[in-house]
Amino acid sequence: MSHPKAATRTIELQLSLLDSNDRQAARNRRRFQELGVGAINLVSSPGAGKTTLLERTLAEFGRKTPCAAVVGDLATDRDAQRLGRFGAPVSQITTGSACHLDAGMVARAVDRLDLRGAQLLFIENVGNLVCPASFDLGERMRVVLLSAPEGEDKPLKYPPIFKSAHVVLLTKVDIAEVLGFDRAAAADNIRRIAPQARLIELSARSGEGIEQWYDLLGALARKG
Amino acid sequence: MHEMGIMESAIEEVLAQASDHDASRVHRIVLRIGALSGVEPEALRLAFDSAVKGTAAAGAELEIESVQARGRCPDCDLEFGVESDFIFTCPRCGQISGELVQGRELELARIEMS
Repeated sequence: MSHPKAATRTIELQLSLLDSNDRQAARNRRRFQELGVGAINLVSSPGAGKTTLLERTLAEFGRKTPCAAVVGDLATDRDAQRLGRFGAPVSQITTGSACHLDAGMVARAVDRLDLRGAQLLFIENVGNLVCPASFDLGERMRVVLLSAPEGEDKPLKYPPIFKSAHVVLLTKVDIAEVLGFDRAAAADNIRRIAPQARLIELSARSGEGIEQWYDLLGALARKG
Repeated sequence: MHEMGIMESAIEEVLAQASDHDASRVHRIVLRIGALSGVEPEALRLAFDSAVKGTAAAGAELEIESVQARGRCPDCDLEFGVESDFIFTCPRCGQISGELVQGRELELARIEMS
């Protein structure tokens, strides 16, 4: 005797699969939109120049456009101290041992800040070119920094973070020559791995390229 | 992107649905993935193979429906195809905007079971 074949049933759904970090990131994103704040996630290896660039940005660009900042490190509040000198609201996240910021940490840090009136929120991630690629913070723009001392082939070796970038900043170009750093090769590698990203070559120390960075920030701030 | 975690959530839900409907086998799972969701279909397929092993969904076919990214101009209301989810320009009036109408989906759309 043959068994009757059970009828195939089709269930239609529209169930979101975002996991808990992405759900929190989506909440962060909505919150930033409601506040009219453009959130920027800055990612790089340790020492690529995120904090120095933010110091100059807050000092110059921040004079005309109200900004705020959240900084992530495993330990100390040194970066928050550095950035806090320019009048912008700044909050430090010390992660203990976590190698990246996640959306929950950012949400709690933002709870401690008064963002009313701020047009841009800089989120300085923990120095790490690997893990931050997987953690959406709810940012509007992801900026990856690569510095001249790190070498031209970094983008080829760390594709995920570069592929997730809206903007790539090639930093410390003022010392590229003394390092024998090939700017053209680096730019080529960046364009190969991250064709979607806007590339700006700059030096926070000499000021080369900094206006392009400010123009980009200005456009983001005006978008609201 | 963490495709493994996403696929684990998907299969968990699929198996729960199968159980709710007294089904013993899942034949097909359809995911709807937006072009700007940040998820790589290849990585999803690999994660799928691993996630369904030994479950009622083992042997099920995975179908991925791609959703194109479309933006909307806040000024003239035109909808148009876009390639990024950052800043794009309205092809009609040139207004800069970032409003996505679709393209970030990451959904479990359909399950066929028996």
